[in-house]
Amino acid sequence: MDCIGLCKLIFDAGVRNQELARFIGSLIGVLLVSGVPLLTVIVLIWVERKVAARIQDRIAPNRVGPFGLLQTFADLAKLLIKEDITPTAADRILYNAAPIVSFASVVAIWAVIPFMFANNPEGAIVGVDLDIGVLYFVAVASLGTLAIMTAGWASNNKYALLGAFRVVALLVSYEIPLVFALIIPVMFAGSMSLVDIVEAQSHMWFIFMAPVAALLFFTSSQAETGRAPFDLIEAESELVAGFNIEYSGMKFGMFFAAEFLHVFTNGILMAILFMGGYLGLFYQAIPPLGFLWLGLKGAVVYFVFLWLRNTVPRLRIDQVMGFNWFFLVPVSIINVILTSLILKLMQVSGFAPTNFATSNLGEMLPLTIVMLLKDVVIIAFILGRLGQEGRRARIEEQRANEALTAAAVGD
Amino acid sequence: MGDASLSLILAFIIFTILTLGGALGVVMNRNLFRGTIWLMVSLFGAAGHFVLLSAPFLAAVQVLVYIGAIAILFTFAVMLTRSLTQISDRFTRLWWNVGGAGILFVVLVGTVILPVWGGFTPSNDILFANVADTTQLGIALVDRGSETTQGFVLPFELASLLLTAAMIGAIVIARDADDDEKGKRS
Repeated sequence: MDCIGLCKLIFDAGVRNQELARFIGSLIGVLLVSGVPLLTVIVLIWVERKVAARIQDRIAPNRVGPFGLLQTFADLAKLLIKEDITPTAADRILYNAAPIVSFASVVAIWAVIPFMFANNPEGAIVGVDLDIGVLYFVAVASLGTLAIMTAGWASNNKYALLGAFRVVALLVSYEIPLVFALIIPVMFAGSMSLVDIVEAQSHMWFIFMAPVAALLFFTSSQAETGRAPFDLIEAESELVAGFNIEYSGMKFGMFFAAEFLHVFTNGILMAILFMGGYLGLFYQAIPPLGFLWLGLKGAVVYFVFLWLRNTVPRLRIDQVMGFNWFFLVPVSIINVILTSLILKLMQVSGFAPTNFATSNLGEMLPLTIVMLLKDVVIIAFILGRLGQEGRRARIEEQRANEALTAAAVGD
Repeated sequence: MGDASLSLILAFIIFTILTLGGALGVVMNRNLFRGTIWLMVSLFGAAGHFVLLSAPFLAAVQVLVYIGAIAILFTFAVMLTRSLTQISDRFTRLWWNVGGAGILFVVLVGTVILPVWGGFTPSNDILFANVADTTQLGIALVDRGSETTQGFVLPFELASLLLTAAMIGAIVIARDADDDEKGKRS
């Protein structure tokens, strides 16, 4: 193994042991990569409260610091000095481990996120350019499910356990359309590495080629974070507070920070998988600009997440399950089959490039148009079916009403 | 990688402790829920070993399928059967089983592990030479053409047949009787 980059810098600075230099280099890298999300989450809490308040016609915190910017720090101090309660009947070790696992599972996703372009073997500034980046993301995100279940069980509280049950039903089922949506960018890029996926979008963003997949990813990641309309895990009116009912102080804060961060991380992932990640104007000439592009794209998606969260009401558990199994899963499977078929046919017949990163806009255009048409057909078909079903439901309701009126008049 | 570097040895030791310690935790814990958590620790250690064997794909699948899906199903089943989470019976007279397990352990160590044990030096045999992109991954998994890859088409198909049979069986057991069937019975 050779010593390059950060490792070389440390080696030259006086640490005359390659092994040690590599270790220090990795350590600094880990601190930097995990530091970005940790710092982001402080701002995110403020953004979330401000946006939610504006949507609900309120003002949001505005007393502590300019625009209430320091409110988060005040809350943080409050959470830290609060009494830390562990229920007597709780499973002490698991109870204390759950918030850490929950937060760590989100931070770990950032290890594979490419931040900006760089002229190194990986081609980007990235924690680690795994060949299996997408799979890694799915695997790590599934640990979050585990953390919530452990929290629900270890609290030894019926409401918490009920919340944990719902987690299994919700998160595990919504992982299916999520993964099916992830297959589309992987198929386009021919690689599971997030850097390769970004590079494959140099000429055409995948959101134009696969809007249905992007929508599927968006919807199922909203469900994965457990937010409205899918916030059954912590439905206050039904479960008091769900899985985190027994938690207090900073442990409770960690669950919340994990949720906020998860939403933003999903925004960033959406930007990387479908909107070209760090690609943008001058991203090669001025690499830090790529970081800005990524942040901007992620922030736009994040805002839509918040918008949706604060606009729509909560669904019932059977509606959520029905929506997933009878709508999202069939659509995602059909989408994968059609996309792979069309992609292969066009590549074999020479209308589409096999390597997106090295082609150009002209070569990408036919494929994009065909893919877009396919998605329009899928969406039109779905809308048609939905309209049909809605009409049928309305007619049935009308008939029932007429029968009722007739019965009432008859009396 | 010629000589074993210190960090590799350290990683190997840590993952081995996780795997074996987790396995011990599974069999020695009296609480079923904690047992499943220990099982996840053990599986995580195994995933780490896959990384050391330069098979990151298998490591991710290990975490995704075994920890993310199967172990979560375990915990779910355990939570539903709450009366089983605290086993108070003690099984202390299983000396025959202990003896049998001990002999099996010695045989396994003597015949399987010792012959291939080469110190802490990482082996040069790489499971999949290269899985940089999905094409290579697919070739490594199912291609039978080249000498370097054996191809796993048959095991793959057999496993999927088994899973299909299991799923059909689960549906048959779980579903309610149809109206026709109910009519026949009554």
